[in-house]
This record gives sequence, C-alpha cells and structure tokens, in this order.
Amino acid sequence: MDNIILEMRGITKTFPGVKALDNVSFKVREGEIHALVGENGAGKSTLMKVLSGVYPAGTYDGEIYYDGEPRRFSTISDSEHLGIIIIHQELALVPLLSIAENIFLGNEIATNGVIHWPQTFARTQELLKKVGLSEPPATLITDIGVGKQQLVEIAKALSKKVRLLILDEPTASLNENDSDALLKLLMEFRTQGMTSIIISHKLNEIRKVADQITILRDGGTVETLDCQTEDVGEDRIIKGMVGRAMEDRYPPREPKIGETLLEVKNWNVFHQHHRDRQFLHNVNFTVRAGEVVGIAGLMGAGRTETAMSIFGKSWGHKITGDVLMRGKPVDVSTIPRAIDAGLAYVTEDRKQLGLVLINNIKENTTLSNLKAVAKNGVIDDRKEVKVASDYRSKLRIRSHSIYQETVNLSGGNQQKVVLSKWLFTNPEVLILDEPTRGIDIGAKYEIYTIINQLAAEGKGILMISSEMPELLGTCDRIYVMNEGRIVAELSKAEASQESIMRAIMRSGEKL
Amino acid sequence: MVADTSTQINKPSIGDYLKNNIREYGLLIALVVIMLFFQILTGGVLFKPVNLTNLVLQNSFIVIMALGMLLIIVAGHIDLSVGSIVAFIGGLSAIMLVKWGVHFSIVVPLCLILGGLVGAAQGYWVAYQKIPAFIVTLAGMLVFRGLTYLALQNRPIGPFPKDFQLLSTGFVPDLLGFLGPISFSTPWIQFQQSLIDTSTWSVLWPDPQLVMVQWTINNVFALAVALIAVAFFIYKSIGNRRQNELHGTENEPFGFFVAQMSIISAVAIFFGFQLSTYRGLPNVLVVMAVLIALYTFVTTRSTIGRRIYAMGGNVKAAKLSGINTERLTFFTFINMGVLAALAGMIIAARLNSATPKAGVGFELDVIAACFIGGASASGGVGKITGAVIGAFIMGVMNNGMSIMGLGIDYQQLVKGLVLLAAVFFDVYNKNKG
Repeated sequence: MDNIILEMRGITKTFPGVKALDNVSFKVREGEIHALVGENGAGKSTLMKVLSGVYPAGTYDGEIYYDGEPRRFSTISDSEHLGIIIIHQELALVPLLSIAENIFLGNEIATNGVIHWPQTFARTQELLKKVGLSEPPATLITDIGVGKQQLVEIAKALSKKVRLLILDEPTASLNENDSDALLKLLMEFRTQGMTSIIISHKLNEIRKVADQITILRDGGTVETLDCQTEDVGEDRIIKGMVGRAMEDRYPPREPKIGETLLEVKNWNVFHQHHRDRQFLHNVNFTVRAGEVVGIAGLMGAGRTETAMSIFGKSWGHKITGDVLMRGKPVDVSTIPRAIDAGLAYVTEDRKQLGLVLINNIKENTTLSNLKAVAKNGVIDDRKEVKVASDYRSKLRIRSHSIYQETVNLSGGNQQKVVLSKWLFTNPEVLILDEPTRGIDIGAKYEIYTIINQLAAEGKGILMISSEMPELLGTCDRIYVMNEGRIVAELSKAEASQESIMRAIMRSGEKL
Repeated sequence: MVADTSTQINKPSIGDYLKNNIREYGLLIALVVIMLFFQILTGGVLFKPVNLTNLVLQNSFIVIMALGMLLIIVAGHIDLSVGSIVAFIGGLSAIMLVKWGVHFSIVVPLCLILGGLVGAAQGYWVAYQKIPAFIVTLAGMLVFRGLTYLALQNRPIGPFPKDFQLLSTGFVPDLLGFLGPISFSTPWIQFQQSLIDTSTWSVLWPDPQLVMVQWTINNVFALAVALIAVAFFIYKSIGNRRQNELHGTENEPFGFFVAQMSIISAVAIFFGFQLSTYRGLPNVLVVMAVLIALYTFVTTRSTIGRRIYAMGGNVKAAKLSGINTERLTFFTFINMGVLAALAGMIIAARLNSATPKAGVGFELDVIAACFIGGASASGGVGKITGAVIGAFIMGVMNNGMSIMGLGIDYQQLVKGLVLLAAVFFDVYNKNKG
C-alpha cells in the first residue's frame, strides 16, 4: 500500500497576471482513493490539468514522477497512454452519438478505418457491466440521465486501461442515489487495485471514501491528512481549506446605510434548458442604499442565475416573483426595462458577455447608454470622447488611449471598462458577478476601492463572489445560497468562512 | 478637462498607423492598380468616357445592394436572396407599369415598400425565430425566384414607359449648359495598341506616342459638380482634422492625410471630367452617391450603426447591454429588401424588360464585394467605403475582361481568385498583428 504511484513536486503554474499554483507538492499511493479539496480557485483543477497534459510540459515549473520515473506530458494522449485518465466536470460526451460510439470515440475498434461494430458493441457491453449499467450500447447519450452519463465516462476510462482515474466534481450534478452508486463503484475499483483522485466539495462524501485528503488553498498545498491514522472531521477539513491570512487586502470603509433600494420577493425560476426543472426556489433578498451585500455559495448554487433572471429575465424561464425598487414594483421583463428601473449587471464572464472585444474602450463604455451621447440618433463624437476619457481617468484604466481595442487590455482593465459601461447608465443598484475573477491582486484592490466609492455615493451593491475572503472583506451583509435557495443570511459580525461553509454543508446534507 | 484628455492620448506613430490601416489603403491602391492594369490591357478603352459611364450603369445596382449587404454581414448574418428579390420586384414593377398602366411615381415607392415587406418576411425568421440567415435566405432565394416565374408567367414583360427608363438610362440635365460646350487641345500620350494581343496572348511592346488631343466638355455641370464635391470634401476633412486636434482625438499622420486627399481628389476630378466630355452625370450615379453618403453616415455616426457593429462583434454582450438585438436584425433585413427592390427597378429599367431570370447570381457579386472590401464573415467588422470599393473592383474586372473579350469562364475564375486573395490578406494581417 505504500507504493507511490504519483508524485508531483514543486509545481508552479502562472497565467498572465495570476499565479494559479505556487510550489505545490502532491503524493498519491497506489491503490488508494485520494481526495483533493479546496475553495473555488484554490488550484485543484489547474493541478489536475498540469498532471494530465492539458497544460503541456514546459508551461509550468516543477516535476512529475509517475511509477517512479520523471514524466513530461505534452498532450493528453501522452498521459492517457500511461493510464492516467481525467473525467472533467463538464462531461465530454457527444450527446447525439450512442454509448458505444462515445466510449470508443477516437479509439475505435477498426481495421483500415472501417469500424468493427459487433466487436465494439460486445466490448461496450462488457465495460457497461463493470460500471453497473444495463443500457443497450446503441442508446444515445442524450437519452440517459446525468448519473448514467457519468458512469459512461468511467466506462470510457476503463476502455483505455486506466490505472489512475481522476474525477473532477463527479457528484456535483448527481442526486443522492446516483452519487452513492458512483462512490460504491470507486470503492470496488479500489479493491481491484485501481488508484483514484477525486475532487469534491461534498465533504461528507469525501469522508466516506477517501484514504488521504490533500487540501489546497490559494494555489499552494496546505496539508495532506491521512484518514487511516486519524479521524478527520469536517470541521478539520474546513479549517484547512479556509486558513487565515487576509489583512489589508481590502480598503477600509465606513458604511452609511440608507433606505431599501432593491427588494426581491418569492423569486422562482425554472432552468433555461431543462425546462421542467425548478432551479431557484423562493429567493428573497434586499439591498439598501450605501450597502454592499454579498452572495456566497459554491459553483452551481444559483447565484449568477438569480442575478441574470432579475436583470431583464436574461436567464431561465417561467420566472415568477416581484422586484421592487424603493418599495415600488418595477418591470424588469426586458433588459432595457431593467436598466430603466435602475439596475445594472456586471457579468462574471466579461469576455463572452461583458465586452465587444473587437470594439475599443470608447465604444464599449457608451454601449448601454448610447442615447445619452446622441441626439436624434446621431452620436455626438465629442461628447462620447469626453465621457469615455472621464471614465478612463476616473477608474484608472491603463491603456494608450480610449481607442484601444478592449481585446488587448489586461483582465483588470477590461473589468474596469465593463464597470464604466454600467456606471454610465447611472444605476441605483449594481450587481457585480465575480468582479475580481482572474485579475491580479493590485487590480483587485482598485476594484474594491471603486466598490467602496459607489457605496459611499449611496448606491446599493450586490456582490456575487466565490472567494469568501473577498466577501468577508467587503460586504456588510452576506446571503448564502445553495442548490437554488438562500440558506442563510449573515450579518458582518456573524459571517466567517466557517459559518458560511457550515451553512452550505448543512443545507446540502438536509436536502 | 479638454487639455487633460488630450495629454493622455499618445499619438500613434506612422508605422503603427500604416499597420492598423493597411487594409483601407491597400484596398484603394488595389482598385487603382487594377484600373491601370486594365487601362493598359484594353488599350485605353477602360477610361474612355463612354466606358466610364457604362461602368457606373453596370455596377450601380451591385453597389446599392452592397450597402445593405454590408449591414447584414456586419450584423453577423448573410442574405442569399437578393438576386431573387431583384427579379421579383422588377417583375412586379413591370406588371404594374406595363400591364396595369400605373404611373411610375406610384409604382416606385410602392415597390420599395414591397421590397421592405419581403425583407421583413425573411428578417422575422432570422431575428425572432433564430433560424440561421443562411437557411432562411436560401429558402427566400428559391421562393422569390419561383414567385417571379409565377407572376411573369414565364415571359419577359416590356418595354417600359420612357419616364421609368430614365431611372437608369437618364442623365442629369446640363444646368450650366449655357457655358458649353468648351473645347481645347493638350498634348497626350496615347498607346496605339493593347500591350497584350488577347487573340494570341502574346505580349506586345508598348508604343507610346505623343499626340495632340482635342477635348470637348459637353456637360459643364458634371465637371462643376465634381469640383464642388472635391472642394467640399477637402474643406470638411480639414475642418474635421482641426476639430480632432482640438479635442485630442486620434488623427492620421499628416503625410497620409495629404496623399489620401490628393489621390481621391484627382480621381474624382478626372472622373467628372471624363463624364463631362460625354453625356454628363447619369441619374443612377446621383442616386448611388446619395445612398453611399447616407449609409456612410449611418454606419459611422448613428446609434443604429454603432449598435449593429456591437451586435455583430458580440451579440450576447450587446443584448446584455440593453440592445434590442432582435429588432435590430429585423431592421437590417428590411433595409436590405428596400435596397434590393431599388436595384431591381434599376436593372429592369436598364434592360427595358423584366425577365424571370434577372439578377441570377447577383447575391454572389454583392457578398463578394463586401468581403473584398474587408468585412468579416464572423460579423462586427466592415466599412461602407470598403464595400463600395470592393464592388468597383469586381465591376472593373468584369468590365475590363469583357472588353478584352475574355469569356465568362475566365471572368469567374479571376473573380474567385481575387476574392480568396483579398480575404487571405485580411486573415494574414490579423494573425500577424
């Protein structure tokens, strides 16, 4: 059992402006189930992408030893060749192909390019039996549930002679029965000598199956806990995940809180694509003038969906509930109406949803409120230049001019352009969705300063963030969401990383 | 505040400027080179006043439709149906004018409205039902071609009343006729023969000869309009430049400014002079010039134009910014329908007959003009001036090769290669930058 199958030493991986992994070390014993935990953005997925060759050797520092030998993977197929198979959070199955076709995609049983179907189906049946599925191999992926799709992914891994199976949040979208089945399967594989690495937020599941737990935080290894020599409780894990080190990263602020600006009542929303699945359940919250309100939660908790469904019903369908501004019901059924009502939504995905990247700073700044710099449909060039220049200097957007295309700006400056755009609509309540995602520490501080200024001007700020320290450092009040519900409301005094995590975990267990 | 903003903006160097704008200068240079090339190849026929007039008449409808197509392509869509709309509206106008004897002052606006309805009928499916424009307009291409055959019962209808024909064959009367005709003589270099004998494809030595040529300005008005237009253009450009300097807006380097102004002015004056020695300004040229000016204004100065570019650049971001992207898409298709209807009437008037086969393949010339002019197939990028120059590049090639007696086979081959080369140039530039 003490045979080390994988060792990663001193792994450092930087993205432009961000150090995602900093000198991470990670050891896995042969035949164990090793859990990898940490907050969103702690570097778990990045570490696994380094391991599997998604980030090829040379783009990171450090060494990987597998079976005791140093390895340099330059593509995924290099690592797959040695039996390292990764199953990503977003399943990589082609929905309109059959189970059999998916399992052998890119790895077809064929002679001279002609697929041998009887053999393919026979092999598929064998593999499906191993993962406990009885579906006919010709069934289309789209016709089976997410739980079974996850098992098909595992069958696909088995077809590639897997020795080290990596699962990234395998149970995130599964119900309890499916999750249990999956975990049982992993334990069964362990008895057959297979090694697995499982990334998960569900600590109760981890306690059930893991032999060792490695905790990552802010791109570094915190510790590795051995579940066989000590009893590792959830509180112990949470403490490791959360750590302590968060002074002076947030500019100070004296909150001057006024009347209630935004109030959302009994907000129910069905899923955009799975139209009979209710996604948000009875969400209620308020934002007051001069107040920064946070929404905490894990990925998929429904935070972005809450924001977007309120902002012009740009997400979801069968939306019911009331939105009130200053106590009066307002119509937010289209985006222009939501803007008129005094709302602004700064998206979490600034490249896809926030900016027209091929347009310049000036054009992006005025996009949401073009009529303010135009008369009778004709743009007043000079007025527009002045507006864009003012925001550029006010928000300290670093660029050579307002004519620079936004695609060439750094993440922090892009975010400031998106903020400029929404500030120019003069909203009463700004919804900021992951406003500091993927930007460096210095730019983060500037964004927090802008948030503070806006609050001081009497605007209401609703901030969605996956970085708990950020919420604790900037917010006056924090709502905690999980599985489409608000599960807790914490005052600044009550809020701590432990209390937020506990609220999430408890609600998860109840459901 | 004014002084403050101007100091923040660093002026780009000439090298940067050339790199950023190589596409536009390259396009203008390409047009000039192609024109000179065919001028030589055709033994001087290309720039003859008669031929220049023809060039305008032959290409006007492509240019007019390219204006609408550019908006559609910038918005991120495509319209394959314009050739069929041309035939359909041309046919309807013929039925109304010839069979029913309706006056053209009613028929023309009515046909423009019908064109708008045709555009709306297609735009609805693209904008509100989210069916890809390629499919919707492919269907439209078949449907409206079929309707044309039905409406015309498979036979051409003509001839048109004289006043309707003037739409495409008429010339603006010489308002300064009392001054002309003016005649004078200058020395001039003339080539006696083409440099290439196209019957044997052998290259001949150039034989330039200095001769005295007599010029006669028949239509003083045409020249006057060209001169006034150039003067106005220079005045406006200098004024703009000065304003930009005052407000710290980006200006092109002075050398480029002068060179560009000189070339454009020289070409415009030459063009006006050539036309004035023939029959003056074709009506169609005036229509075309007004539309080009209008669409340039819409794309560069209006909120609608800006929103179309934003939508084509990133439809999701535009929508989340509060832009009614559906309505905007719908509008671009209505606009295309109206312009195609106008083109349809111009073509019918020019041929003096509406045939069910009118406009076959026009959509390809129009789309090619936009792409040669630098529009991006993925949307968000493209200029009216580019599309117009692109249309003229196609037109000059068509015209030049026809004069040389090259068959449709070679014409298509060459046009195809030019399109590919132009787009490759774009992609190459983008990847390099």
